[in-house]
Amino acid sequence: MAAAEIAVDRATLFEFLTRMGDNTLILGHRVSEWCGHAPVLEEDIALANTALDLIGQTHFWLGLAGEVEGKGRSADALAFLRDASGFRNALLVERPNGDFGQTLMRQFLFDAWHHVMLTALTGSSDPRVAEIAAKALKEVSYHLERSGDLIVRLGDGTAESHARMQRALDDMWSYVGELFIADETDRAIAGAGIAPDPASLRPQWEAIVGEVLHEATLKVPTTTYVHKGGRRGIHTEHLGYILADMQFLQRAYPGATW
Amino acid sequence: MYAQLVKSEGKKSAEEMSPEERAFQDRVDRGEKIEPKEWMPEGYRKTLIRQIGQHAHSEIVGQLPEGNWITRAPTLERKAILLAKVQDEAGHGLYLYCAAETLGISRDQLLDKLHDGSMKYSSIFNYPTLTWADIGAVGWLVDGAAIMNQVPLQKTSFGPYSRAMIRICKEESFHQRQGYDIMMKMAQGTPEQKAMAQDALNRFWSPALMMFGPSDKESVHSAQSMAWKIKIDTNDELRQKFVDQTVPQAEYLGLSIPDPNLKWNEEKKGYDFSEPDWTEFFEVIAGNGPCNRERLGARVKAWEDGAWFRDALVAHAEKDAARRAAARVAAE
Amino acid sequence: MSSEWPLWEVFIRGQHGLNHRHVGSLHAPDAEMAIKNARDVYTRRNEGVSIWVVKSVDIAASSPSDKGPLFEPSNSKVYRHPTFFSIPDEVGHM
Repeated sequence: MAAAEIAVDRATLFEFLTRMGDNTLILGHRVSEWCGHAPVLEEDIALANTALDLIGQTHFWLGLAGEVEGKGRSADALAFLRDASGFRNALLVERPNGDFGQTLMRQFLFDAWHHVMLTALTGSSDPRVAEIAAKALKEVSYHLERSGDLIVRLGDGTAESHARMQRALDDMWSYVGELFIADETDRAIAGAGIAPDPASLRPQWEAIVGEVLHEATLKVPTTTYVHKGGRRGIHTEHLGYILADMQFLQRAYPGATW
Repeated sequence: MYAQLVKSEGKKSAEEMSPEERAFQDRVDRGEKIEPKEWMPEGYRKTLIRQIGQHAHSEIVGQLPEGNWITRAPTLERKAILLAKVQDEAGHGLYLYCAAETLGISRDQLLDKLHDGSMKYSSIFNYPTLTWADIGAVGWLVDGAAIMNQVPLQKTSFGPYSRAMIRICKEESFHQRQGYDIMMKMAQGTPEQKAMAQDALNRFWSPALMMFGPSDKESVHSAQSMAWKIKIDTNDELRQKFVDQTVPQAEYLGLSIPDPNLKWNEEKKGYDFSEPDWTEFFEVIAGNGPCNRERLGARVKAWEDGAWFRDALVAHAEKDAARRAAARVAAE
Repeated sequence: MSSEWPLWEVFIRGQHGLNHRHVGSLHAPDAEMAIKNARDVYTRRNEGVSIWVVKSVDIAASSPSDKGPLFEPSNSKVYRHPTFFSIPDEVGHM
């Protein structure tokens, strides 16, 4: 048994792992909705790569979550048979795709967080967490490079693209704060050296985001209001629709193999 | 096939050909590849644009019926496999548009022709995917039929088309298998799953046979295309091959082919089968298939909604180039 | 408005240290994005470790009518091809 499991109880570690895995699951789902509908073929293909990476990471995070929980639930069981209140993703990733600019802005704000988070997790006291993080980090470094680059290009593109990107930033901004607020689970996990305190990631995140937004000629919104709840299982209405789609077959035909 | 009813010119006899045309035909007959900047008959160029363009359009419209089920795929693995497959289709569309572009038409021009209805895509993608078993049936039957045509096209006379087909065939090798794999799970699954599998086969069998197009034994277009080696087999040959290959696969699944006339013919060493309903086929081509409006509508919407994105990136690239140029001047 | 993204030719060097090889083309607004797009489009199956892109219009190509003079001389240098030399079986693989 890993040292980490001694330092925190199974339920706490499970909670942390589902937060990681549900973020990638729900964002992967959202990004995959673009398949066949993106503005240009090259972008369609690139987005599918991002979605594939996220689905792959979900497999690892939720697989480990099921293992830690010890009740025989697989990654699939967690993805397809939990109710909305059991999901621990941040509200940001369940935001609707909107226009392509909103999708990219959501991706960039998340990628920047994901990148600093995974970087920290590569030093986790739990080697299983460190291993998943190291693998995911390679993929996410590229996600961040790509989304950051597109934010700059679109922010500093045409008047229309600038306006769309500013609107997207304004829309998404109040959903970011949730990623940096620590609760008891986070404190316990941080105490055991499994993951960093979420709040500690904010300065690095701000540095990345600030630089890109500056280059993109976009204004950082002044609102300080933070929408939160997803990480505790209290979601927006959107998640219900996502799950209705995602879980349809497993729910409609219980016990079938696919 | 992915390129159905491609009009060519009537085949010319050796006496009717100009010296250039004769030299060109000799090269094709010797199995040489024709490359973009080399001399070619205007009819060859035009027919290829229509054929490759239609093939490319079919790939990208073909993303839609399967894309339908990415968000509803039943396991994480199935979701990843399906997404990778549909992504490949976008890639194949991209390769094919590039091949067509070497003939002097741009991708945007080809897309305009798709969007205004003056170019077609394969009839098969105007049928709906109603259940998860349809995703299996599409991979098994639709990709299976497509491969029948694409494998010989690797040897087509036009270099860029041939190279695109080689790459596509290499990448597509898993597509049909993933479809059949879904069908196996369904056919061996619960009674409901098995019923879905049979239902999918019932609905996709005849449209899959139509993919090869009506008989072209007598067609002058086909004769010319075959002389130019941009069409390798007749529609009937491919259809027969497809049926002969597919029937045992259906038997293995324990599913029945929805054709009362299907019977092994010992004499021809192949199956006899019913002609698909060609009236339906021409209706679908004319725009009256179950999903024509949705499919084309989705492509047009994606293109129009994305205009600001494409324009913005051009604008940024221009600004960036200007800034770099200014910086160079300042540095001197 | 809509001006079309230019076409780029993509060259990839694979895992085994061979020369960059032409793999196909794609559209992108500039070189930097062409490289990113090439990564996404042409290395989906781990095909490459290094990518070159060049605008299609910038490629200078031999004209097809030169085919004779440019290439025929090397056809006559058959000694450049290993099968030109017959090696006795006893010598083994060479």
